[in-house]
Amino acid sequence: MISDLFSMTVLVGILASGIRLATPYLYAAIGETFGQRSGVLNLGVEGQMLLGAFTAFYVAIQTGNLWLGVLSAMIVGAVMGLAMAFVTVNLQAVQGISGIGFYLFGLGLSDLLFQRVLGTVETVKGFPKFNLPVLSDLPIVGEIFFQQNILVYISFALVPLAWFVLNKTTLGLKIRAVGENPEAADSLGVSVARIRYLTIILGGTLSGIAGASLSIALLNVFQQNMTSGLGFIAVALVYFGAWRPFGVLGGALLFSLVNSLQLWVQVLGIPIPSDIAVMMPYILTILVLVISVSRVRAPSALTKPFKREE
Amino acid sequence: MNIVLERRLEKARWAVVIVPIASFLLALVFGAVLLLAFGINPLQAYRVMVSGSLGDQYALTETLVKAIPLILTGLAVAIAFRMLFWNIGAEGQLAMGGIGASYVALFLSDSLPDPLTIPVMILMGMLAGALWALIPALLKAYLEVNEILTTLMMNYIAILLVEYLYLGPWRDPEGYGFPGSAPFPQEALLPRLWGRVHLGIIFAVLAAFIIWLIMNRSQWGYEIRLIGENPRAAKYAGIDAKRNMVLVMLLSGALSGLAGMAEVSGIARRLYQGLTVGYGFTAIIVAWMANLNPLGVVFVGAFMGALTVGGDQLQVAMGIPAAVSLVLQGAILFFVLGGWVFINYRIRILRSGKQKQAGELNE
Repeated sequence: MISDLFSMTVLVGILASGIRLATPYLYAAIGETFGQRSGVLNLGVEGQMLLGAFTAFYVAIQTGNLWLGVLSAMIVGAVMGLAMAFVTVNLQAVQGISGIGFYLFGLGLSDLLFQRVLGTVETVKGFPKFNLPVLSDLPIVGEIFFQQNILVYISFALVPLAWFVLNKTTLGLKIRAVGENPEAADSLGVSVARIRYLTIILGGTLSGIAGASLSIALLNVFQQNMTSGLGFIAVALVYFGAWRPFGVLGGALLFSLVNSLQLWVQVLGIPIPSDIAVMMPYILTILVLVISVSRVRAPSALTKPFKREE
Repeated sequence: MNIVLERRLEKARWAVVIVPIASFLLALVFGAVLLLAFGINPLQAYRVMVSGSLGDQYALTETLVKAIPLILTGLAVAIAFRMLFWNIGAEGQLAMGGIGASYVALFLSDSLPDPLTIPVMILMGMLAGALWALIPALLKAYLEVNEILTTLMMNYIAILLVEYLYLGPWRDPEGYGFPGSAPFPQEALLPRLWGRVHLGIIFAVLAAFIIWLIMNRSQWGYEIRLIGENPRAAKYAGIDAKRNMVLVMLLSGALSGLAGMAEVSGIARRLYQGLTVGYGFTAIIVAWMANLNPLGVVFVGAFMGALTVGGDQLQVAMGIPAAVSLVLQGAILFFVLGGWVFINYRIRILRSGKQKQAGELNE
């Protein structure tokens, strides 16, 4: 049965679903990259994703319009980001712990809303496959990369875009300055608070899409706690990716391939207990964190609140 | 008009009491708005929560039942937070404690003299929790790996491990497919004192007192507090922060492990799914509301126990999902966290004319 893993169809299947499964990681981790580059550790991602997933699912069912679902998830994520920004920037709360508050809040509220307004488990007709012309007809490569839903393409396009914004624009320079040396940035007239608000709200918005990509593109259902740590792993991916969008992409692909492999192992009936197989991404996250600590330095002001003084 | 924060010369003592209470009240108002949006009368809902958690003897005992794991994990989290080690892993450490204690009850109790079963279970539970906490502690102390993320990941792994055991190798062969281990033998059960309240309540209160003594009356406690409050001074005083980090996390994990032992031995009387229901996360709120004070943890733990039981009652009496109490918990946590700003700062509202001058004072 192990040999089943190595047939061509299965390999292509593993790679294609690997690309697809990278989507939620990418949205969430790219958003988190902006936050961390500006010095804010947003651990609320998990909660933002859960609320985004529910909102997108609910709106898509009610209106039949998937894009409206994505848009609503973005708005919910942005509002959560705004609240997170207020707590971290103005009230200078301990960032790691306030993130846990947002996690519990998102976990509870998405579950509450689901039970209250939907109640029964339904499925939604999610984003269909969108075959890119010409490219999707390529043998193997076409099937792996170019027969995906539209949210997948957007998530991959986000990587070079984020790289460009961070490295080639004035805004990116300000974000990096605020994350490295907020005092200096402040003395040069950059508003630390405004930049951090911007990056945290952006992070929330992207986490909202990450949730939507789960509930109306990948799985097409909503379940209580459906992210099961995916948002936290996305935060770890930013460390792994050394705070660079392309590094984050590498991490997202690593995790999505492991996930995909784990799913196919179960589909093919290879006798590994499912609980043990499901553990893999979490164990991998710890390994990945250990490997990445020594490589690159974190933004200097990460997790440090900024307060103008004396 | 302009609102500015001014640093206080001394920390505001009143805030330690007022902030948690105000945060809770704010969370209640927030929850009321939410309930209204669902078309539920918030006053009626809150009344159900109060009478369901405190109203009669049964309610009161159930509140205490929930308070036991919350106090123990709350203490675990509080001592780690004292030295700025963000242990979010109490849930996983509790789960491992449950596994360790269950192993003794299921496989060793036959070969142990009956009176020794419980002590060995306690020992194994605490040991398992401590070892689970040791991994992120070593990674943080010697490799500077972010402990928030590692402890979080260790939670998921431990929870899956519990599930693997009670669905797989430890599943009760005579359980008719019921997901859970075999019931523990009589000698492996913590005696019950009042309703379902078991001996664990004594452990919890005793632990709080011991931790308070350690933190406030011992050299080690002084070192831990100094590391947390003034790392630079601690370094000059020659205190080994890394060694202390590892020791504190061993103690923290052992406390959560004890909570897990008490849950399987005192309540479920087997290893089962309901072991990991989020006590380790609520513990963070308990610790923070108590301002990381071990004696405060006892009261806040009992209070959060009442909130949890009240939330369950909402489901029973009014059909409102118990998730309401999770939403309230999340809201309480960020109100408390945000509220701590008042300990170090005072808020001043200035008229625009004065703005410039005050700005100069401030910046």
